[in-house]
Amino acid sequence: MSAKDLEANGHVQSITVDDEPTSGVSGSENASEALCALAPVGLLAELTHRCPLQCSYCSNPLELERVNMELSTEEWVSVMEQAGDMGILQVHLSGGEPTARKDLEDIISAASKAGLYTNLITAAVTLNRARLEDLAKRGLDHVQISFQDVDAENAERIGAYPGATQKKLDVARWVTELGLPLTVNAPIHRQNIHNVGRYIDLALELGAQRLEIAHVQYYGWAYLNRAALIPTYEQTVQSIDLVERARERLKGVLTIDMVVPDYYAKRPKPCMGGWAKGFMNITPSGKVLPCHAAESIPHLKFDNVKDRPLRDIWLNSDAFNAFRGTGWMKEPCRSCAFREIDWGGCRCQAMAITGDPRNTDPACALSPYHGEMVALARAEAAEPPKPFIYRNPRNAPGAAKRNERSPAMADS
Amino acid sequence: MTGTTSAARLIVDQQTRPRLPTYLKLRHDAGRGRWVLLAPERILTPDETAVAVLKLCDGNRTVAEIAEALAAEYSAPVEVIKADVVELLQGLADKGYVRA
Repeated sequence: MSAKDLEANGHVQSITVDDEPTSGVSGSENASEALCALAPVGLLAELTHRCPLQCSYCSNPLELERVNMELSTEEWVSVMEQAGDMGILQVHLSGGEPTARKDLEDIISAASKAGLYTNLITAAVTLNRARLEDLAKRGLDHVQISFQDVDAENAERIGAYPGATQKKLDVARWVTELGLPLTVNAPIHRQNIHNVGRYIDLALELGAQRLEIAHVQYYGWAYLNRAALIPTYEQTVQSIDLVERARERLKGVLTIDMVVPDYYAKRPKPCMGGWAKGFMNITPSGKVLPCHAAESIPHLKFDNVKDRPLRDIWLNSDAFNAFRGTGWMKEPCRSCAFREIDWGGCRCQAMAITGDPRNTDPACALSPYHGEMVALARAEAAEPPKPFIYRNPRNAPGAAKRNERSPAMADS
Repeated sequence: MTGTTSAARLIVDQQTRPRLPTYLKLRHDAGRGRWVLLAPERILTPDETAVAVLKLCDGNRTVAEIAEALAAEYSAPVEVIKADVVELLQGLADKGYVRA
């Protein structure tokens, strides 16, 4: 060992495997291609689309999967075993609301037994202390609780769930009392962006290890509700400055991760750390997706864990191979020096805004659609917010139709 | 404040008795032939020497003792190792991954 080898920065590199809504925004940087090909490091398991909250910023697809389509306990247990066997390291149990599954206990036991680091991503309003304690005993490693705002009244309007705030505060307290690490998830948009500073105070008060300032990403229901959600450029910049100052001040006390709304960006995010590079997502019915919004891309064929082993899907599924690597790229991505840094950005956003998933993500300043996307965001943010279309099964059919009629700027 | 977060930034020096928070899992990732430190929403990949340091962070040994143990094991100059261990652990403490 040479002493020089002990330099901190050279030695411990952080690989983010964030979950919804930050999932895969930053990705693996040092695992080689060959290793990536064997297994992803992170698995987002959407156990159900049922949810007691109705947040309009949800990134679930508009067509919510029904309870009678959900995988069985045995099928989820098998997924966890396969995930451990193939070398997946972390599982994010999400939804919908994962605690709506009565068998969450069995799924967490299986995940823990398989050696997976288990994250529970919850709205927390239906959890009681005894159940949380049981989940912890079964090997749950980390709990992430979403807070729709720090002001209770506004939070409960956004989530359409009266009394939610007190319940969330109770659960957050139990999490830390049980010695589990807590992440406070703050989904940020124009209707709560003024409270970013107070979210930081809340995370400190609750003894959280980590705070996610997660500016809403415009997929699924959030895309539909964009005009109700997107902040102005000035508000966005201000919130970023505030977080950066707090990060410095709270070094070693609170980790603050931030996802910024890329409509105002110059460079695209390396979405999922690259398509099919380090991450996979399983829907409540068992469809295996390269990202949670992938179903918005037409003609992709998704395999189901009921039909095919997970590793086989990772290596050979059409949907995973469709945009893996750089071979699929068109200009300006194809010859871009950053093509293996940002991987062309987000395929789903390219689809939603330009109508072609092979186009450069319009968040990139090199995209011919970039100017229009920024103008769209600025125009929507300048208007008074539109009313929310709440995310619930009742609104789903109408929402799907509405979305079909508005393919952004596909003809431009 | 309740919970497991320390209220102030930990400044690592030779007398610090570092430990890893219970929720961090140092695990061998056999498939990829490396060690990983699993944390909430994060995977850290310490190399062999960093792993050697982390395995000695038991809350009892001081940084000085950890450095001495490593210096003996690897026949390296202890003063240099001490400085490197402090730097490594301070970097991790600032991310919330080392406590005392």
